[in-house]
Amino acid sequence: MDDSKIDLIIDKHHAEESALIKVLLDIQDEYGWLSPKALKRVSEKLEVPLARVQQTATFYKAFSLAPKGRHTIHVCNGTSCHLRGAQRVLDKVQELTGIKPGETDPDLKFRLEAVNCLGQCALGPVMEVDGKIYGKMSPKKAAEPLKKYE
Amino acid sequence: MAQIKSPEELEKIRQEVSTQRDPNRPCISICAGSSCLASGAGEVIAAFKAEIEKQGLKADVDTKAAGCPGLCEKAPIVVIYPQKICYVQVTPEDVPEIISQTVVGKKVIERLIYTDPNTGEKAAHEDEIPFFQKQMRLLIGDNMKIDPKSIEDYMAAGGYSALNKVMRDMSAEQVIEEVSKADLRGRSGSGFPAGFKWESCRKSKGDNTKYVICNCHEGDPGAFADRRLLEANPHLIVEGMIIGSYAIGACEAYIFVGDEFPQTVENARLAIEQAEKYGLLGKDILGSGFDLTMEVCIDGGGYVLGESTALMASMEGRIGEPRMKYDHGTDRGLWAKPTVLNNLQTWANVPLIINQGADSFAAIGTEKSKGTRIFSLSGKIKNTGMVEVPMGMTLREVIFDIGGGIPGDKKFKALQVGGPMGGFIPENLLDLHVDFEELNAAGLAMGPGLVVADEDTCIVDMVIYHLNFLANESCGKCTPCREGLKQMLRILNNITEGKGKESDIELLELISEVQQDAALCALGQGASGPLLSTLKHFRDEYEAHIKEKRCPGGVCKALIETLSETSA
Repeated sequence: MDDSKIDLIIDKHHAEESALIKVLLDIQDEYGWLSPKALKRVSEKLEVPLARVQQTATFYKAFSLAPKGRHTIHVCNGTSCHLRGAQRVLDKVQELTGIKPGETDPDLKFRLEAVNCLGQCALGPVMEVDGKIYGKMSPKKAAEPLKKYE
Repeated sequence: MAQIKSPEELEKIRQEVSTQRDPNRPCISICAGSSCLASGAGEVIAAFKAEIEKQGLKADVDTKAAGCPGLCEKAPIVVIYPQKICYVQVTPEDVPEIISQTVVGKKVIERLIYTDPNTGEKAAHEDEIPFFQKQMRLLIGDNMKIDPKSIEDYMAAGGYSALNKVMRDMSAEQVIEEVSKADLRGRSGSGFPAGFKWESCRKSKGDNTKYVICNCHEGDPGAFADRRLLEANPHLIVEGMIIGSYAIGACEAYIFVGDEFPQTVENARLAIEQAEKYGLLGKDILGSGFDLTMEVCIDGGGYVLGESTALMASMEGRIGEPRMKYDHGTDRGLWAKPTVLNNLQTWANVPLIINQGADSFAAIGTEKSKGTRIFSLSGKIKNTGMVEVPMGMTLREVIFDIGGGIPGDKKFKALQVGGPMGGFIPENLLDLHVDFEELNAAGLAMGPGLVVADEDTCIVDMVIYHLNFLANESCGKCTPCREGLKQMLRILNNITEGKGKESDIELLELISEVQQDAALCALGQGASGPLLSTLKHFRDEYEAHIKEKRCPGGVCKALIETLSETSA
């Protein structure tokens, strides 16, 4: 992977220790995940122990330490979606993709995440693929949208 | 645009913006809130623009991508001004007809207007729809008139007049006095008096560098009111925070937003940029000598970040673990400097208080809870959405009169108040009022989300759901929270699998008690909220699972299977 952008991101935040989370968020935005190499580089440039970079990267939910797939599926499991049957939708998506929440399939096609609330309660249960919302989901309806993604 | 140098100049610009607008000019407002966008509002906006162009009406009709008015259930929402005709669930195919029939022909299209789900009555105008009619929309009432991406729209709707008044006529002390007199209380749910907090920070001897933070973390699953308000009308928050910062003597202000809400972040950032361009942020604001910078701060995800000390740790670039509060944040907060952290809805009320005066604000509500409260309604309810109600309204009115009740002739079972650490109440407690003291006394908190559960819900399953959520979100620092939740879940899962013992309930109560006393922060102390409230109000459901091996909601798989085996 091309890691030249990592230094640019770090420099944008003036390599300040306090910008650790912002730097990691930006790197994750750029590459989709935080590679061991990226973490090491951040540790060196910000002069923060690698253990602390690791601690931060594992504490916050936004960070992924494994490569993400080409497409990210979010199945909302907020209270409202849960009441409307989100678990059954999630079960179906797991069956369709063969992966569990937090996992990426071996072809790097999909990554699946169960998220706490997408704020789309009127459309629940909700599934989101690459930022596009699919509302009023049911186990039956979940297969159709996934076919669109390669 | 030129930087505004004095309150007089701001007033002039505000007047100019208002007079340039003809109130009788046709304008098609389409809600561009995230719910409407997810339901195709983007395509509807594009269709309106194309159709106006096609019919050669561009010089006569405006379109506006407006802020969310709250009726998310009927997305996408379109309001035609000046008649205020409201159309719901509009598709791009409806657009040519709306232009020719309504905008040109001034006729109402029956098929597109709101139909009350209970009475079947139709309502053509925004202010006739019962969902809106029964609310008191002091903070969100203008959302459909404001494009969140336009500071001029906000000004035309009266925006920045409070800032003007403050900078022209009021000292910092007078602002604090006004907020104290209005009895504005923290909208996070704690109900802490905002004026008192501001004054403590202002008087703090710790340091002259002071900070102000707006908490829009809103990690509660099933709640979306705060982020939707910031998305719909970001300048309202920016104005409230500038006024607050002036009163406190802060030099830097931060809006702390969750990373999952890209549109909210985008609108907030743009609003700050626009305010900077006008000189409403930056150096020597309106010639007062007061300097303030403002920034949006995105969190890395995690429910515990809503807790004040964890939030500040995260802003400092550390992991978001709460710490013991030996000092008040108003003395040692962000970077150990005096800091005021208020909830987004608290800031939203500030311009209103300044504009209308403390007495008029304090005239709304109950003896100790003043003003309005914005809730998100979700779950098994007909009108999912964002609503603003006066303090003192009963929860029954909010759920049934505004929310329209339960869909599909199902029976009401429980209402969750106060998020994952709040509680569940049965129907006979729905006459509780929206009031800090009354809800606290009932073991609830005034969180932003109200979630309705119907008869098909298993209460034990809902409690497991919330404890699972909290166990995942626990930072793991203190034992009562980390291990207590794990043990509670083990017992509860046994109960839903038909392996419950009669002593389980007592054991659950004991663990809760220890957790409440010994956990480090509010997350652990409050984690047993759903459990204790349901043991109190829905004990029969636990007993049905344990003694009869039966799930009254028909949700727990193991018990349904057992039942069908025995009946077969």
